[in-house]
Amino acid sequence: MLSLAKGSLPLPPVSDVASSPFVGELLGRSDFAIISEIVEQGSRVLDLGCGEAELLAWLAENKGVQARGVEIEPAKLQKAIARGVSAYQGDINEGLADYPDHAFDYVILSQTLQETRAPLKVLSEMLRVGRQAIVAFPNFGHWSVRFSMLFSGQAPRTKLFPYEWYESPNIHYLTVHDFETLVTRQGFKIERRYFLAGSRRVTLFPNLMAEVAVFLVGK
Amino acid sequence: MSVQMQSVSFPTIALESGAVLSPVEIAYETYGTLNPAGSNGILILHAFSGDAHAASLGDETTKPGWWDSMIGPGKAFDTDQYFIICSNVLGGCQGTSGPQSVNPQTNAPYAMTFPVITIADMVRLQKLLIDSLGITKLLAVAGGSMGGMQALQWAASYPEMTCAVIPIATTARHSAQQIAFNEVARQSIMADPDWNAGNYYGGSQPARGLAIARMVGHITYMSDDSMREKFGRRLREKEKFGFDFSVDFEVESYLRYRGSQFVGRFDANSYLYITKAEDYFDLLSTPSFAPETADVRFLVISFTSDWLYPSYQSQEIVRVLRRRNMDVAYCDLQSNYGHDAFLVDVAEQTDVVRGFLASTMKLSAVKFGNRTPGLVEPSERKPTVAAGV
Repeated sequence: MLSLAKGSLPLPPVSDVASSPFVGELLGRSDFAIISEIVEQGSRVLDLGCGEAELLAWLAENKGVQARGVEIEPAKLQKAIARGVSAYQGDINEGLADYPDHAFDYVILSQTLQETRAPLKVLSEMLRVGRQAIVAFPNFGHWSVRFSMLFSGQAPRTKLFPYEWYESPNIHYLTVHDFETLVTRQGFKIERRYFLAGSRRVTLFPNLMAEVAVFLVGK
Repeated sequence: MSVQMQSVSFPTIALESGAVLSPVEIAYETYGTLNPAGSNGILILHAFSGDAHAASLGDETTKPGWWDSMIGPGKAFDTDQYFIICSNVLGGCQGTSGPQSVNPQTNAPYAMTFPVITIADMVRLQKLLIDSLGITKLLAVAGGSMGGMQALQWAASYPEMTCAVIPIATTARHSAQQIAFNEVARQSIMADPDWNAGNYYGGSQPARGLAIARMVGHITYMSDDSMREKFGRRLREKEKFGFDFSVDFEVESYLRYRGSQFVGRFDANSYLYITKAEDYFDLLSTPSFAPETADVRFLVISFTSDWLYPSYQSQEIVRVLRRRNMDVAYCDLQSNYGHDAFLVDVAEQTDVVRGFLASTMKLSAVKFGNRTPGLVEPSERKPTVAAGV
């Protein structure tokens, strides 16, 4: 069921991504476009919280990757398997625990780090199981978040963080700076970084201007 | 489409216990057509009391197949795309050699002189069948409950012979609770005076013992929820309690009916041998299970309300496979039907199996190009001894 037609979801060529201020979208998401650019042909990929495995199916079809996924929500997981992706039901910690070291080239965690109970443990495990980790997260340092809190005096609600404080799945709020500080302190290496606002690349003041950050982290 | 049971016999089979059975016969059915590359064969493995008649394909001259919900045109195991094979297990009583078969040396049924068999022995006989059909590599082996055990056993005995393994509602190792239920069933059969140390052929079956064994079985196949829904505390054809020990409740009537119906179609000695094979099953202590070198994909399925083969046992299988970095998909499907879910609650199971098979077919085509090594050249094929049963 890997039936995502080639060409129906055009990606800008790599050189364009580097030079153009726009990154385009893959499957409706700009962070997916970045991730699909990072992942190398024929590599082994584990996606934590893979949802219906749209990204993995695209990578399997277009980049020939060996795709694996973990998803906790049964309905999404069943769609992932029905799509032909080897995914299994479990939370992120379970998903990582049993794999041998370096079983994957990339372990992807897209927009989920802020929802995990022990983000540092997750990051360390990702870098045990994978050679590199790809982490995408919404930037709590974005100006809209700062303004929202400053002027309303309430827990910020923005396009990126749309939830009421009591309904939010996010339990850890982090900024671009926070992430970079943690990675450096742990002795990991940031190999690439991408900052996005909508489908635009951000180059200046990323901690203030980026809505979403995507990092490629190695050891 | 007409469905016909066939059988083939082999001169001998060496068993795990060291015993040898000669000759050995296996009954099977096939549905759909083997493609020219021989790459679309799927072996379906039946549960404890099943048989080779997995599907009827709408043929009204035959009884319904035990997995009609999953096998047929356009179904999960799509007979328009795949060549489906299902055989009766070794030790069974529906055409394959078992304790009621005649021992050629004595011209009497084996009864309890039939050698004790294991799940690995069942699979060894299935392998002989697959060889005789000229198939060198199956697309998948699939089954629920004891069928799932056999599917897993294929990944230990002949991992190079299948692209995929689909164990459903099963375990890699029979637990104390599972052995306990089997032991109650066996004791119930052996306590029936008609059992006569297994020598009842030509006389009367140990019908009471076998029926009680089946009643216990049926309780374990359902869930608290499904029993409450199906029977509740409803009385059977009466307004108030009888204040005696005739049937009061619907559930009593159901179990009695199921028990007596079973006696007509199943051999009590087969019950003993097959449950013993289940109890001996322990792949977690079998080093050859799913070697890391094996190029096999797995789709493991469990059901939330299955308390006979609880989800944790499927998760145990998944963890073992993940430790070896195998290609494994797993889902715990929501159902209230208990262990029976894999037979009766199949909508979601159909979606995942269908997608998994399609992607397996695609992967195997990529790996082997146009010359999928699934089929022996016709000239190399061994003759198939087929006879109606």
